[in-house]
Amino acid sequence: MTQPVLEIDDIRVTFDTADGDVNAVRGVSMHVMPGETVAVVGESGSGKSQIMMAAMGLLAGNGAATGAVRYRGTDLLTLPARKLNDLRGAKITMIFQEPMTSLDPLYRIGEQLAEPLRVHGGLSVKAAMARALELLELVQIPNPEAKLRAYPHEMSGGQRQRVMIAMALANDPDLLIADEPTTALDVTIQAEILQLLADLQARLGMSILFITHDLTIVEAFADRVYVMRQGLLEEEGTAQAIFGNPQTDYTKMLLAAEPDGVKLPVAADAPVLLQGDDVRVTFGKAAGWFSKDTTLRAVDGISLSLRKGQTIGVVGESGSGKSTLGRALLQLLPAEGRVVYQGEQIGGLDRAGMRRYRDQLQMVFQDPYGSLSPRMTVGEIVAEGLSVHEPELSRAERDARVMQALDDVGLEPSFRNRFPHEFSGGQRQRVAIARAVILRPDVIVLDEPTSALDRSVQKQVIDLLRRIQVEYGLSYIFISHDLAVVRALSDYVMVMKEGVVVEEGPTAQIFGAPQMEYTRALMRAAFNLKSLLLEKAG
Amino acid sequence: MTDMMVNEAAVKSRSLWQMAVIRLRRNRAAMLSIFALGFLGLCGIFGPMVAPHDYAEVYPAYVKVPASISAYPRAEEVVPEAESALRRARLDLELVEVNGETLTVIGTSERGVDARVTRYLDRSDLFTNARVVTLAEDGSRIEMQADVDRLYFLFGTDANGRDLFSRVLISLRVSLMIGLLAAGVALVIGVLYGATAGFLGGRIDNMMMRIVDVLYSLPFIFFVILLVVFFGRNVVLMFIAVGCVEWLDMARIVRGQTLSLRRREFVQAAEALGVGSGAILKRHIIPNTLGTVIIYMTLLIPKVILLESFLSFLGLGVQEPLTSLGVLISEGAKNMQNAPDMLIFPAVTLTVLLFALNFLGDGLRDALDPKDR
Repeated sequence: MTQPVLEIDDIRVTFDTADGDVNAVRGVSMHVMPGETVAVVGESGSGKSQIMMAAMGLLAGNGAATGAVRYRGTDLLTLPARKLNDLRGAKITMIFQEPMTSLDPLYRIGEQLAEPLRVHGGLSVKAAMARALELLELVQIPNPEAKLRAYPHEMSGGQRQRVMIAMALANDPDLLIADEPTTALDVTIQAEILQLLADLQARLGMSILFITHDLTIVEAFADRVYVMRQGLLEEEGTAQAIFGNPQTDYTKMLLAAEPDGVKLPVAADAPVLLQGDDVRVTFGKAAGWFSKDTTLRAVDGISLSLRKGQTIGVVGESGSGKSTLGRALLQLLPAEGRVVYQGEQIGGLDRAGMRRYRDQLQMVFQDPYGSLSPRMTVGEIVAEGLSVHEPELSRAERDARVMQALDDVGLEPSFRNRFPHEFSGGQRQRVAIARAVILRPDVIVLDEPTSALDRSVQKQVIDLLRRIQVEYGLSYIFISHDLAVVRALSDYVMVMKEGVVVEEGPTAQIFGAPQMEYTRALMRAAFNLKSLLLEKAG
Repeated sequence: MTDMMVNEAAVKSRSLWQMAVIRLRRNRAAMLSIFALGFLGLCGIFGPMVAPHDYAEVYPAYVKVPASISAYPRAEEVVPEAESALRRARLDLELVEVNGETLTVIGTSERGVDARVTRYLDRSDLFTNARVVTLAEDGSRIEMQADVDRLYFLFGTDANGRDLFSRVLISLRVSLMIGLLAAGVALVIGVLYGATAGFLGGRIDNMMMRIVDVLYSLPFIFFVILLVVFFGRNVVLMFIAVGCVEWLDMARIVRGQTLSLRRREFVQAAEALGVGSGAILKRHIIPNTLGTVIIYMTLLIPKVILLESFLSFLGLGVQEPLTSLGVLISEGAKNMQNAPDMLIFPAVTLTVLLFALNFLGDGLRDALDPKDR
């Protein structure tokens, strides 16, 4: 039997915090064989990332790990930092979730790729640059010569992740640890990155340890799977065994967390609430005396009409202008074009002019960690809109409304005295939804409300959105890159690309018989990842 | 990876401030600094009230005496001092003797002694309550007694014979007051100005920050001299004016913070709720900049204290007999050779004060911004 590349033996990770020790990982063993793809699955907080951090000596300052992590027989935990540095970055490399932050914004891509090659590989500047170019070609970045001179901010998320992979591959690693490498990316990009990883693995023969919360990826991509929960190993086995015959309730729950159900279309004569006509948003400045034309048409002439009770799903990749469209409809961005809300023209109104419509047109944001003010209690956050739109309420009435709203979104009313940082992502998103529904709006623009959440939490949030839609007769504009969620929630779908709508129609029609190549590519990446990967590999 | 805290933290409800306090408590240097600052603050506030001497009182007999925990005058100094005090009384001294706290002098004179001769003793800083015990009928012989006045100069005295301990206490009060005053003024103006500029953005921001740039380019000393000309030598007013200069940094820092906060989703969410600009500033922007502001404050206070020392050194600051640590140090520096105490005590006090403020600032930064570590 061959020796495993990486063997993790009863690892425990403990964090020393102000509240006493937190046991993030409580005795987990796993191994990775050469050339194997192993996935570690679990929801956020399951400790799956911390194992790898401990293995790589990257734990936060207050963390401590016991047990053993053996790379080809060498225990990494007891290895001195200098020896460890020889291994990590060369033989064991890591790519992280956030391609936005893991590249240094001050250096050009070429320099960032070349530097480790020069310093550790001892290459000359010229040779290092040539190798960098080679690596960029290896990870299939279009126009690699130009990209060598680009800064990270000039590249898209997928391209940055490719650069990260290129960096990880620089020294022919044995093991690539990928910590949620595609979570921040669009489905099509995700599929491309996964294809790339599979392809590279086949060519270079390395092992991949893949940490993710996304079971669709695991099913398509991994040979073996470890399921983690609350710092413990819940289940392990081959991908086929786990997906075909899950043993524990937790795994079953994870597998069942795929959003399901459909939304029935509204009656054709339902009144139109919000109508946008030829909405345009342009960023940047037109060419002036001293400046180049920097205009970017983020939204380029989009029309839509939202009927009462309807949910319009807006899908598209990042940069397609779907979030901008949502904000433009609510006049949170300067936009051209007519926007009519219940017969009144609201397009072009300023802040003061919009104020009286704000309680009817609400928005829920993508990032539940960023959209709640960290210094306010949940009660204050939820009540804030009331103090603007219904200032006549007494304190007790306001409090009652807050409790009602929290109850509506399935949170304990007693939570209102707590602060956002005490809640999980799903709970925070509930708070954000409560903040919107407390005003009894007619229309809520949901800007990727589920994309930062675990699948099982996502499902709960979708159920919640569905329930309050029926309860309060809400209309949604649901912006998402996640087709599965859009299919479950919307009755009408608009597919956006580069600021324009490429295809629109009732959900069943779009998902059943997509007409445009772009839409089909999205569908394949979202629902047929496995066949896509196989196709590529074959 | 931060998520695992959630279930544990949900047990107790704590605001970010409370968590910061917990983190601060674990920082020993910062806690020690807080105690040191508290102690120095109490000294500054109450010290001058309980000090044995008035900070302005001059003791000509004790110029530049070294620091001591035992009382002045020294036993061996009493007799010579009494003799020199009585020299002008034209007495032939038969006996000059110290017995405990009492000085006994027996003197004779052929021309007769007046009872008022005791005044010569009273004039000296060393003796009080000089009285005649016996006076011969013909006035040829007098026996006087006086109490030896025991004085304590814990830190010694300065070049004018003023008690240095009292002067350090009052200077501590003056320096702390000036630091707080100027930093407070800078805080209020800087936070409001910076937050407004950053939040409104665009042309208004541009204009407001250009004004800041113009003020930056004014030579500072020139500005202070102008103020002194206009307002006269009013320390409080002047340091309000110093605060009015120091807010520039604060405004820039707060503006930068505001610019990044403004793009955060919770501010956008507030806008989507229709919350007005003022309320967004008040509820969302300013509370979130306070961490940085507090850190900057703890670093601004020592800066202002040093600035005051510098101005006082130039003669533009606090005027005699009132004093500040800067004045005391500059005087001490002049007398470094013959009276090192005059330099050591104020310098140590200032150093402790500045160290404590800087350590506290450092600890606060760690406590309020744990991610930056």
